[in-house]
Amino acid sequence: MRLRRLQLGLWVAAIAAMIIFAGTKWATQGEGVAETSPAFTPVFTLADEEGRIRTSAEFRGKFLLVFFGFTNCPDVCPTTLSDVAQVMDDLGADAEKVQPLFVSIDPERDRRLGLAAYTAAFHPAILGLAGTEAETQAAANSFKIFYGRENDAAAPDGYSMAHSPGLFLIGPDGEWLRQFTYGTPAADILSDLQSRF
Amino acid sequence: MKHFLLAAALILSAPAVMACETVTIGDLTIEHAWSKATIGAGRPGVFYVEITNAGSVDDALIGIATPAAGMPMLHETVVQDGIASMPHAMSIPVPAGQNVQLSPGGYHGMLMGLTTALKEGDSFPVTLSFEKAGEVTVNVDVLSLRAEGPDCADAGQ
Repeated sequence: MRLRRLQLGLWVAAIAAMIIFAGTKWATQGEGVAETSPAFTPVFTLADEEGRIRTSAEFRGKFLLVFFGFTNCPDVCPTTLSDVAQVMDDLGADAEKVQPLFVSIDPERDRRLGLAAYTAAFHPAILGLAGTEAETQAAANSFKIFYGRENDAAAPDGYSMAHSPGLFLIGPDGEWLRQFTYGTPAADILSDLQSRF
Repeated sequence: MKHFLLAAALILSAPAVMACETVTIGDLTIEHAWSKATIGAGRPGVFYVEITNAGSVDDALIGIATPAAGMPMLHETVVQDGIASMPHAMSIPVPAGQNVQLSPGGYHGMLMGLTTALKEGDSFPVTLSFEKAGEVTVNVDVLSLRAEGPDCADAGQ
């Protein structure tokens, strides 16, 4: 009799767990990738400008402003990195709470052209990362963003890159907080950050 | 020789550097031509400008040429379904009575094969080819890498 009671209890617990699991799964699917999407923690392992391996875990404690781009990009990338540079300048003493990252989606060419000189030209705080193709794809998947190579005979080296042009904000605990869409004024990014300190 | 010619072009155009030059051809007014400093000559430069068509006939910008770059082309930044790409623009419409801007995030000239790195404070000539109005040359001011718009007193940005 006592055994049956225990069995019954286990069955109830198991069914309850299934219902909760199904419920959360259903909720996750329903919301898509909007700004209200459930919390997730993007991860990456990529080499920096000096070839040292950097991982998402080592930046815990700081807000991350992450941009995926390529240095041969004449319009979108410089515009966004200029905004990031402006934000870092305007943060003043709070700048140490924020680490801006430029993740190359064209790592081989960017390493050849020089990543450090590129990021430094915008702001010394911006850290450039360029991994292998596989590491870059893994990072993009983890951030749920798209990039792809587009063959274009008229472009330098015969190709250009299409990519998600947003700027992504990651919290000190590694959790995805939001996206700033392309063209968000630096002042808006700044005030959003300041509201979180 | 190519470098000498470019240097000569830069020096000759130097007095116009601060001019935020405005040129006209037919009914078209071309102004606020600017570019951004580049990091070395290995990456493309960019060219932005504003064109006003005061006439009653549609025109179109069909090409650009400059001694500063071996392969200048017109492009358009397109953000569709959250993805930015940069297709080649065969021509940029300049409709009658309208003002068209080549500006960050939209149409722009992509200057590939730079002869030399573009430095803030430099200026270089760009010749614009219009379908109907023909060719006209404007001096382009090179601004800081972080510039967001033309640095002219009358620029509406």
